[in-house]
Amino acid sequence: MAATPFAVAGGAARKRATRRVLPGFNLTLGFTLLYLGLIVLLPLSALVLKTLTLTWAQFWAAVASARVLAAYQLTFGASLIAALVNAVAGLLVAWVLVRYRFPGKKIIDALVDLPFALPTAVAGIALTALLADNGWVGQVLAPHGIQLAFNRNGVVIALIFIGLPFVVRTVQPVLEDTEKELEEAATCLGASRWQTFRYVIFPSIAPALLTGFAMAFARAIGEYGSVIFIAGNMPMVSEITPLIIIGKLEQYDYAGATAVAVVMLGFSFVLLLVINALQALQRRRSGGAP
Amino acid sequence: MSATRTVRQARAGTTEPAWVKWTLISLALGFIFLFLLLPLAAVFTEALRKGVGAYLEALAEPDAWTAIRLTLITAAIAVPLNLVFGVAAAWAIAKYEFRGKAFLTTLVDLPFSVSPVVAGLVYVLLFGAHGWIGPWLQAHDIKIIFAAPGIVLATLFVTFPFIARELIPLMQAQGTEEEQAAMVLGASGWQTFWHVTLPNIKWGLVYGVILCNARAMGEFGAVSVVSGHIRGQTNTMPLHVEILYNEYQSVAAFAVASLLALLAVVTLLIKSLVEWQFERDQKAAAELPPELPPV
Repeated sequence: MAATPFAVAGGAARKRATRRVLPGFNLTLGFTLLYLGLIVLLPLSALVLKTLTLTWAQFWAAVASARVLAAYQLTFGASLIAALVNAVAGLLVAWVLVRYRFPGKKIIDALVDLPFALPTAVAGIALTALLADNGWVGQVLAPHGIQLAFNRNGVVIALIFIGLPFVVRTVQPVLEDTEKELEEAATCLGASRWQTFRYVIFPSIAPALLTGFAMAFARAIGEYGSVIFIAGNMPMVSEITPLIIIGKLEQYDYAGATAVAVVMLGFSFVLLLVINALQALQRRRSGGAP
Repeated sequence: MSATRTVRQARAGTTEPAWVKWTLISLALGFIFLFLLLPLAAVFTEALRKGVGAYLEALAEPDAWTAIRLTLITAAIAVPLNLVFGVAAAWAIAKYEFRGKAFLTTLVDLPFSVSPVVAGLVYVLLFGAHGWIGPWLQAHDIKIIFAAPGIVLATLFVTFPFIARELIPLMQAQGTEEEQAAMVLGASGWQTFWHVTLPNIKWGLVYGVILCNARAMGEFGAVSVVSGHIRGQTNTMPLHVEILYNEYQSVAAFAVASLLALLAVVTLLIKSLVEWQFERDQKAAAELPPELPPV
């Protein structure tokens, strides 16, 4: 009888005790904020402050010249294509790794993270060596008139390489957690395998797939190291936005570089918020399931 | 009879026909082979194109050695600093409730979505010759940009979230019960951390550290902006690879690159071992007999 009020009181006491019993809140939060401020926020605010010294006309001239617009177009277009390819290929790889058994599976699973571990410059020169006319892949394709290096194709291929693990690693754990019972129920109710995938499995992994897609897209937009070796870097044709910033810096046009950087930073921030919202949605979905 | 048929049907319904299965596996393996395995193999083949002698000669270059040294120093500074930050941030975020926590977590992730080139640029704007405190630094003869400190700062920025990112969800999932029990039994804060929290998060910690280290040693964009590319002085290994490659010294470029590729392979190896060890620990914990109910 007295158990209920006691439990409630105990719960309240525990909640209060969490704050009191475990030490180090002020120390760790203080250090976190200080370090975050010094390493990330202060430098980023320098970027914003520098932009404020520009007039609107100067800012506009820097961020909307024809060459810069062409660079945005390439960066966003190539990133979008690469992220779409990654969404399809990543879902396929995650599916195969979770659902099937085959020899060498553990090695393949470990290899998926290679783009996270391999320095981007190394990836860039390796892909270039493969796809150049005398490379392993290039010499097969060159006689057919297919050129994958030193043009826009190269940009897309480098971005596919960079973004692959994001989709696999976000979809994989969700796919592992999907319940076989639901699929059995669907089959017993007469659904074909494709219908089961389309109406039962896919909706449960869709938020994760979208998160992975957004992460691969965000990473691709900022990518520099792997792209510059393979892109050919022709102005108006195959010059990515980060390279525009580098080019302006090399001409000591700090204001122009800053303006373009602020535009990119704005996009990254919006994408970060989108990804956070997607992840919250995904947690609600998985947490809400009985 | 009908029950067996339903079971068989259900089992068939949760997997695909063999031809679909093997088509999907071949497609996935083909993609992995083309996009991941071939580039990795190309690095080593290109490096050894002119034989082992040329390979070793390229690695014995004094400029290559200074690049290796600078890369090791940078990682040796950046990784421990971000480790301390990661543990502190995870402790504050996972063990307490406070206002603005979600926003703080987003800010911790921010460097992941900033282009490396922008990350380098912000330090040039702060410490460069025309930067906010550049003139003061020049007057006091302190070099940050186009010198090692700038490289370390840019690396700190890009590797900032790695360890915190691993630890926050792990420590959130573990809750605070074990720490509270330790405190109630009379342990001090440090004792609780060393003997209760740390053993619980050790695999997450190792995981975060190796990924942070791989990125710290391999960062290119951010470091490229602040380094100034002074050969034999401010070149890290990835920058040295770029210079050699642009000078058409292909074998030398791929030789240095092969060291970085080896680092990546070792990173993946340790990462997999940590994951398997973690899974084994989880399974062992799940197989422990249930505790006796209080009498």
